[in-house]
Amino acid sequence: MVDLSVKIGKLKLKNPVMAASGTFGMEYRRLIDAGSLGAIVTKTITLKPRAGNPPPRIAETSSGMLNSIGLENKGLDDFIKNKIPLFPAGRTVLIVSIAGDKEDEFTGLVKGLNKIKKVDAIELNLSCPNIRHGTREGLTAQDEKAVGEIVAGVRRITNLTLIVKLSPCVTDITRIAGAAESAGADAVSLINTYPAMAVDIETKKPKLGSVTGGLSGPAIKPIALKMVWDSYKKIKIPIIGIGGIMDYKDALEFILCGAAAIQIGTANFVNPSAPADVTKGLKAYLAKNRIKSVAELTGKLKI
Amino acid sequence: MKQIKAKILKNKKIAQGFYRMRIESPYLARRMKPGQFAEVRCAQGTDPLLPRPLGCHRILKNSIELLYEVVGKGTAMLAEKKAGETLELIGPLGKGFEITASRGAAILVAGGVGVAPLLALAERLAQRKRKSLYVLIGACTKKHILCEKEFKKIGTKVLIATEDGSIGHKGLVTDILLKTVIARHEVPKQSKKSRLLRRRFTPPRNDVANIYACGPVGMLKAVSQIAQTHRIPCQVSLEERMACGVGVCLGCPVRVKEGGYKMVCKDGPVFDAMEIAW
Repeated sequence: MVDLSVKIGKLKLKNPVMAASGTFGMEYRRLIDAGSLGAIVTKTITLKPRAGNPPPRIAETSSGMLNSIGLENKGLDDFIKNKIPLFPAGRTVLIVSIAGDKEDEFTGLVKGLNKIKKVDAIELNLSCPNIRHGTREGLTAQDEKAVGEIVAGVRRITNLTLIVKLSPCVTDITRIAGAAESAGADAVSLINTYPAMAVDIETKKPKLGSVTGGLSGPAIKPIALKMVWDSYKKIKIPIIGIGGIMDYKDALEFILCGAAAIQIGTANFVNPSAPADVTKGLKAYLAKNRIKSVAELTGKLKI
Repeated sequence: MKQIKAKILKNKKIAQGFYRMRIESPYLARRMKPGQFAEVRCAQGTDPLLPRPLGCHRILKNSIELLYEVVGKGTAMLAEKKAGETLELIGPLGKGFEITASRGAAILVAGGVGVAPLLALAERLAQRKRKSLYVLIGACTKKHILCEKEFKKIGTKVLIATEDGSIGHKGLVTDILLKTVIARHEVPKQSKKSRLLRRRFTPPRNDVANIYACGPVGMLKAVSQIAQTHRIPCQVSLEERMACGVGVCLGCPVRVKEGGYKMVCKDGPVFDAMEIAW
């Protein structure tokens, strides 16, 4: 019997396969059993409702997709009232993804979520390329100091497991991941989408309504792997690998580069059973290679 | 809603760039409603990556049909598929056409490949006793007028408009909607007194007809304006680029009059025309 369980902060996940933020919701309940997932990361919520970006919000590129949803959501109160009850209690770990403009928005969200029993962890989305911040240029996750301040601010007010999702669009990922670690994060999620765009040559217009968006899918997997590998050598807290994972082989590449767990995003749109297939594949790989626990494989890249 | 693998029974070119595919699936045949769609995976591998949303074209005993236009890499690969091969798809998805109990005229308005979901609807409506069943098809030229024969076979009155006049009325499909069809099914002329009353009180919506439309957004907007002027209930089937197809990713928004967005995949693809902020 192989052991697929992994630890992230205070949490024990029954397997290392999570559904990534914005790609999974209970609308999938008739297609997949949410209880089979190691964890669910919810669609990012903000304190106040956000209308999101104008269409088109999706464009396909070679082995990838661009999105510019713009964090459309109905805000914290609606989430607690209408979304939380839909998630299965006790059958999987629930991680709520949150975003904000300033530190007090993050702390406002966390104060609200602290009271909800079903919530097991928080993922701070500091790296969505589709929103403009009022107070700074670029993404929060591009600013080492801002990352440290927000993580520390949230850490002070919650005992929930705290995960920080970072952007690949930085000069040195290890410094940003290090800042999150020093400020008290329990884990980092690497990576969010890469800022990108596509053009329709007939209309001469961008393929996204908001001109630019974020690239996800197999196209960004090699970039994500390097981010995980670089960070693994520098930080002690667990890394959650994300970026174009379509099957268990992709998942293993991330684990060997240092990921303690992985998230599946874009693949859910192509094949909603992708997380279940990855879990099955990992189990078979471990059994075949006589490896007792998936945790043993983390960072075992042979150089 | 289910993720299924179904056998392709036929995949036939019906005009330059347009294909009709029949797939075996008793499940979909039983569950699919006109106006609903399926997310179809065009190929294995990662390029093309996302499934394509295709409207249900026809519901048969143990199979369904899809009608699609080759517009890019994904649909070109779909067109290559042969009978006997397997197709991966998720369906039925979305909200289909609402078929009211009205016995009045049903007017189906299609633009180009917009005939796709309207054939399934026409076949359903033909089973009911409607006073008359019209199908208005518009396209740029004769070659792009699809399914005329199929619509005629089930006893509908087919009227055609082409922009170049190569067949039917020369002009837009909305011209024939206005001049030929609505003129015939207009609310009976009223006396001066009742016209004044009508102005004072909100009149009931015209229940002598229903409009169902699918096509390019410009056409849908024009049809919905006509429907509103003549107080005819109108349902429109919209199209948008999609990723998940089930309402998770929020990738296919349409702006609505009440403010904000609704999702074409989950709240539609069929909407009441009055809902949309055209």
